[in-house]
Amino acid sequence: MRAFAELLDRLVYTPQRNAKLRLLTDYFRATADPDRGYALAALTDGLSLRLPVRRTILELMERRFDAELFRMSRDYVGDTAETVALVWPAPPVAEPRSPLPLGEVAEQIRLMDRKQLPEQLENWLDRLDTTERWALLKLLTGALRVGISARLAKTAVAEIGGHSVAEIEEVWHGLDVPYTTLFAWLEGKASQPDAAGAPVFRPPMLAQPIEEADWAALDLADFALEWKWDGIRVQLAAARGEARLYSRTGDDIGMAFPDILVHARFDAVLDGELLVMRDGEVAPFNDLQQRLNRRQVTKRVMADYPAHVRFYDALLIDGEDLRALPFSERRRRLEAWHATIRPALTDLSEQLRVATKTDLDALWSGARAAEIEGLMLKKLTSPYLAGRPKGHWFKWKRAPLTVDCVLMYAQRGSGRRSSYYPDYTFGLWTEAGGRDELVPVGKAYSGYSDAELVELDRWIRGHTTERYGPVRAVEPGLVLEVLFDDVQRSRRHKSGVAMRFPRIARIRWDKPAREADRLEQLTALIKPLA
Amino acid sequence: MTHGHSDHARPGHDAVLATPETIEIMQSRLGNGAGRTRQALGYGDALKIGDVTVTLRPAGHILGSAQVVIDYRGQRAVVTGDYKRRTDPTCTPFELVPCDLLVTEATFGLPVFRHEPDTREIARLLASVTAFPERTHQIGVYGLGKCQRLIALLRKAGYDRAIWLHGSMIQLCALYERLGVPLGDIRAVADATSSLAGEIVLSPPSALGDRWSRRLADPVTALASGWMRVRGRARQRGVELPLIISDHVDWPEIIQTIDETGAGEIWVTHGREEAVVYQARKMGRRARALALVGREDEVE
Ligand SMILES: [Zn+2]
Repeated sequence: MRAFAELLDRLVYTPQRNAKLRLLTDYFRATADPDRGYALAALTDGLSLRLPVRRTILELMERRFDAELFRMSRDYVGDTAETVALVWPAPPVAEPRSPLPLGEVAEQIRLMDRKQLPEQLENWLDRLDTTERWALLKLLTGALRVGISARLAKTAVAEIGGHSVAEIEEVWHGLDVPYTTLFAWLEGKASQPDAAGAPVFRPPMLAQPIEEADWAALDLADFALEWKWDGIRVQLAAARGEARLYSRTGDDIGMAFPDILVHARFDAVLDGELLVMRDGEVAPFNDLQQRLNRRQVTKRVMADYPAHVRFYDALLIDGEDLRALPFSERRRRLEAWHATIRPALTDLSEQLRVATKTDLDALWSGARAAEIEGLMLKKLTSPYLAGRPKGHWFKWKRAPLTVDCVLMYAQRGSGRRSSYYPDYTFGLWTEAGGRDELVPVGKAYSGYSDAELVELDRWIRGHTTERYGPVRAVEPGLVLEVLFDDVQRSRRHKSGVAMRFPRIARIRWDKPAREADRLEQLTALIKPLA
Repeated sequence: MTHGHSDHARPGHDAVLATPETIEIMQSRLGNGAGRTRQALGYGDALKIGDVTVTLRPAGHILGSAQVVIDYRGQRAVVTGDYKRRTDPTCTPFELVPCDLLVTEATFGLPVFRHEPDTREIARLLASVTAFPERTHQIGVYGLGKCQRLIALLRKAGYDRAIWLHGSMIQLCALYERLGVPLGDIRAVADATSSLAGEIVLSPPSALGDRWSRRLADPVTALASGWMRVRGRARQRGVELPLIISDHVDWPEIIQTIDETGAGEIWVTHGREEAVVYQARKMGRRARALALVGREDEVE
C-alpha cells in the first residue's frame, strides 16, 4: 500500500500532465506484479466492489473513537473518509512496519463478502499509516478522483516498454486484472497479448483540422466527402454474441445505451457517430448529453432521447481485419454489410459529391444554415491508421461566430501557469434597472499567445478592483474578441445563455469597453427550438 | 517574550524580557522597535519580581523559544508559548516542567493533526528532487525557524549541495550561524547564474507561484507546514508537494503534555481551544479557553 498511497498522494496535487505521467511511469517501473496491475486497474476501470464501505467506516469509528472529537474533526476537514484516515486511533506498531501489499488488499476485496468487511477493514486500518489509510478508503469507496484519466494511466504503462498507447488500447479489453501478461509484454518477456476474437476496442483514426496549405494541395478526385456530425465519436464492437460501445478514448459507455447494444447481433467493429435522432432528424447535442455519463438508463429517457449510430467506417467485419485496405474499399464493404444485416437504429453517413472546389466552398458555407457542424474529407486510398496521421483525414468545421466581450474576472492558473492569470470570464452589456451593466456570458482558457498572456497578466494586476482567493475582478476596460462554435439557452447561467467552445480570437486593446457587444446580440444567435 | 515570531514579538514594547537568543532575533528583525529596555534571561536562571519567581525553560519551538515558569507561594504556573516536543537540530529541546496551572498553545489542537516524522517528509522531498531533475523545488517556509530547521534537516539527511534562499531569509540564517547553528552552503537566489533546475530554493510562502518564482525552472511548489496535513488546506495553497513539517506540538503531544505536567488546571489558547478543552475535561482536569485579542492562525 505504501508506494501506491504515495503515488496517489503525489498525483492529487500534481497539475501538469507530463509530471503526472512521470510519476505514474516511475511507479509502474519500480513496482512488482501483482501490485502494479491492481494499481492500474484502480486507475482505469476501477476495482468494482459492492460493499457497504461508508456505513461500515462510520460504525467502526463509533466503536473506536470519541464521537464529539470526531464531529469537530469532520467539521474541520470537510470529508468523512479523509477525517477517518487522519484520526484513526491505530495502536502503535513497531518500525519498520510489516508491509501490507496492495495486491493482498485487492485480492481480499475481490473475495470478501460483506459480513467479513468490518473485521477486515478494522484490521487494515490498524496496520496502515495515515496516507495509506486515506488511499485504502479511496480504493474501497470506488472513486480515486486523483485527476488521472484511464488513458493517461495506459499511456504511462505503454512508456515502460516504449510502446504507444494505441497498442495498449488494442489489447486492453481482452486483458484480465492484474494485467501480468501486459506487463510481461511491455518488459519484453512475452509477446503481445491476443484479444482472441473478443469485442475489444481498437484505437481510432482521427482527423486533423484542414489548413490553408492542405486546401491548396487538395485534389477533390482523391477524397471522399461527408458531413461532420454533431454527436460523439463511437466504436461499436460485437463478436461472439457480445457487444460493446466505446467512446473515442476507449471508455466502455455501453451501459447507457442498451437500446443500441441489443441490436448489435453481428461480428464487426464499426466506426461511427452516436446521435440522438427524432423522425430521421439529428437532435441538438444537448439532447445527446441527456444520455451520456449515465450508469444506467430508464425506458423513459430512451424514449425521449432515442439513440442512433451513424456508421462511416468498418475496421473488422466477420473476423476479417479491414484496416490495411484503402478507405474506398472499406466503405464498399461497409455498404454491402449494412445492406445485408440492416441493424436497427443505425444508418450510414452519406457520401457527398461536389464537382469543383467552388461547390465545396459553397457547401461548407451553408453548413451553419443547415445546422451541421462542418465537413469531413477522407483520402480514398488511406488505410485505417490509429492516431492522428497527417494528410489522410481532414475536418473542416463551419466558420465560428464571434462576439466582442468585456473582461470581468481572471483566475490564477496552475502548474506552469501558476503565477499568471490564464483563465478569463467575460461579459456583455445589458440593461438592468435603467442602466447598462455587464453580465458574464462565458469563460475562455485559450486562444492567446505566451506574449499576450504576459501582457494580459500585467493589465489584470494593474486594473484589479477586488480579489477573491485565486480570482481577481477587474475594471470593465478590456475588450476580448471571442470565437465560439454555438450558443444555447441555459438555465444554469445568469445570462441565460451558454457558449460552446469559446476561445479568445484577439485582444482588442484598441476598443473602448463601452463599444463591446450587447447580450441581446448573442441571444439573437440562438437557434429556435425545434 | 516567549520567542521571536512576529505574531508574538511585535515592535514598540516598552520593556522586553526574553532569552538572549530571542533578544538577538528581535533586534535583527525590529532594530530600534525591539523594546526600549531589553532584559536577557538565560534558560534556568531565576528572576525575582516581588514575591514571584520567573524562570525561562526551553520550548523547542525555534531558536531561543522559552516557556515561562511562574512560581508564587508554592504554586507553579507554566505558560508554554509556542512549543514542540520533537528533536530539532536548530534549538534546545523542550523541557517538561511539572506545574499546577498549564497555559498551553493549541495551534494544532484537533485529532486530525498528527505530524509525520520529519525524516520521512525530507525523504519525500529528496525523492521528488530525484524524480524531477529538470525542475527547481521551491519550498515555502516561514523565514524564522522553519527555514533554518529545514536546511538543518536536509543536511542531516546528507544533502550537501548549495541551498538557495530568497533575499528576505539571508539575514536570519546568518544570525543562526553566528549563534552556533551551522547551515552549510547557503546562497542567495539573486546570485544564481542559472534558473536553478534540480536545486532546492527556500522562499516565503507568499512567493510561491508568484512573479518572483518566474526566474526558477518550472518550479515544483512545496510548502513545509503542519497545516499541510489537511488536503483542503494544501489544495487551497495550490501546493504540488505538501510537506508536513511543523514547529508546534500535534494533538497527541498536547494531550501528552497535559498528562505529564500533572497540572490540575489547563488554560488553552492560541488555536483550536474547543477540542483541547473537551479532551482535558475528559481527563479530569479543570479546563477553559483563554481568548487572546487579535490572534489569528499561526503563520506556520
Ligand atoms: Zn511561533
